[in-house]
Amino acid sequence: MKLPHRLHGKTICLIGLMAIFGSLGDVLLRKGMKQIGAVSNWRPDALLATFERTFHSGPIWLGITSLLLFFVAYVLVLSWADYSYVQPASATGYLFVALLGYLLLGEVIPRMRWIGVLVICLGVLLVGGTPPRTTEEG
Amino acid sequence: MTVRDAVFLFIVIVAGTGGELAVTHTMKQIGEVQSFYPHHLLRVILRAFRSGWMWFGLALMTLSFFSLLMLLSWENVSFVVPVTALSYVLGAFGGKFLLGERVEPRRWLGVALVCLGVLLVCVG
Repeated sequence: MKLPHRLHGKTICLIGLMAIFGSLGDVLLRKGMKQIGAVSNWRPDALLATFERTFHSGPIWLGITSLLLFFVAYVLVLSWADYSYVQPASATGYLFVALLGYLLLGEVIPRMRWIGVLVICLGVLLVGGTPPRTTEEG
Repeated sequence: MTVRDAVFLFIVIVAGTGGELAVTHTMKQIGEVQSFYPHHLLRVILRAFRSGWMWFGLALMTLSFFSLLMLLSWENVSFVVPVTALSYVLGAFGGKFLLGERVEPRRWLGVALVCLGVLLVCVG
């Protein structure tokens, strides 16, 4: 079943917002966890202390806010489009994540990893060309 | 990638995908969101939270989130996030077998390319 034309515009718009907020959220989480340090002590009290530090971190909260905005856009788009369409189509965010990781966090990204990310995006483009809904309504 | 990374990646992917499928199931029961007025959206959100599937989905997504935080404390985001794209395999299978969605050959090809990309990211 094909989506009515009116749904394509708002689907693309919401998937764009998902890509931006999702990738920015992940980059901010990495920034926060980098400040907190690598988790290496597995004792429950040490883990609890780490998670407590996590929730006192500004970047982590900004990341969570960004991911919540991602989640709202995601839940809305899922109300009319298929999961196996929305999930891959939102993956253009992988390119944004790599770019933001490189630009904001100064991550060293080998050429092969860039190629891998681009191949992921190519797969996403193929997936995005399929109809957003295949199941009947109701 | 260490064994520790692989274990946490597995939790991120399985719990995250399971959570998303449960949330999708809830939203499909609620039906298409047509109005974006805040009070209408709030009503949709409240309806969603009356569903057990929504809570189950959120619990799994929370588990996935904390596992992701652990991974991000060890590895770069430009490695961790693309590698989590392995969830596409699980997503396509879950969509097909659990939600009854029809996954076209072209979509399967896209999913296969995503897997190849993940492999290249790991090699890089």
